[in-house]
Amino acid sequence: MSAKEQSLTQCQSLLVFLSDYIDGTLSDELCQEINSHAAECEHCRIVVDTLRKTISLYHECADEQGEIPGEVRSKLFKSLNLQDYLEQ
Amino acid sequence: MSESKSDISIEALRLGDRGEFARLVDAYSGPLYRLALKLLGNAPDAEDALQNTFIKAFQHLDTFEGRSSLSTWLYRIASNEALMLLRKRRPEINIADTTAEEEDERNNDPVQFIDWCCLPEEEYLSAEGRKALEGAVENLPETLRIVFVLRDIEDLSIQETSQVLGLSETAVKTRLLRARLRLREELSSYYGDRLNKRSKE
Repeated sequence: MSAKEQSLTQCQSLLVFLSDYIDGTLSDELCQEINSHAAECEHCRIVVDTLRKTISLYHECADEQGEIPGEVRSKLFKSLNLQDYLEQ
Repeated sequence: MSESKSDISIEALRLGDRGEFARLVDAYSGPLYRLALKLLGNAPDAEDALQNTFIKAFQHLDTFEGRSSLSTWLYRIASNEALMLLRKRRPEINIADTTAEEEDERNNDPVQFIDWCCLPEEEYLSAEGRKALEGAVENLPETLRIVFVLRDIEDLSIQETSQVLGLSETAVKTRLLRARLRLREELSSYYGDRLNKRSKE
């Protein structure tokens, strides 16, 4: 197996651990392995960094969108016969 | 408007306390509406799913055994309602069927290697950036989208997501990774493009 093929196999085998790695639920040993590999492999470093950024952007958006729009709430309360509690 | 989720009394709900039901609706309608909107892609359908969710929750309160949390139980009802509406549009959708997913397996290996993490902060959540983020989620197949929305937008754990969808934790993890990798690819196209434009300016 050439060095390039070997590296490709290693990149692919690390891929399955990426979610756990980013969520902080991966074992220390495997984290270390990913850290060492990413320090050597520019493509994997970029994938890890941009995947982490992708997830954090969605978290950020979610934090801003928790409330139901006022008119949707009103309609919902009326449809559930809860209009007496609308002002609370 | 927002109510605390932790002090909703199941006992009062079971006794038919309307005020408590209103508190339940206020505590959960925000996240359940967001879930329905992300899954269905339009407000009228999301409103229908939300309304049906609370009607069913109220009707079936006696079947809530407390083995999962109230929140997980409501997410399960809301997911089923949204999926039912989706199936009206596309009857072939089956969240539990992993065969179709495996047959439809796309290569999930990353192909975009642009480091767009160094963009100025205001670029990420600009109006256009938000559109790209939303569009990328809409482009996910339903089987991946529902897992991503529950886990990464609604912040449910892997275990809770598996309880909501009736899937194994392994299946949830596999779908979550696929969803995240696909989103990364799409966002790499958009933010990579932004990076190129900035470097030329």
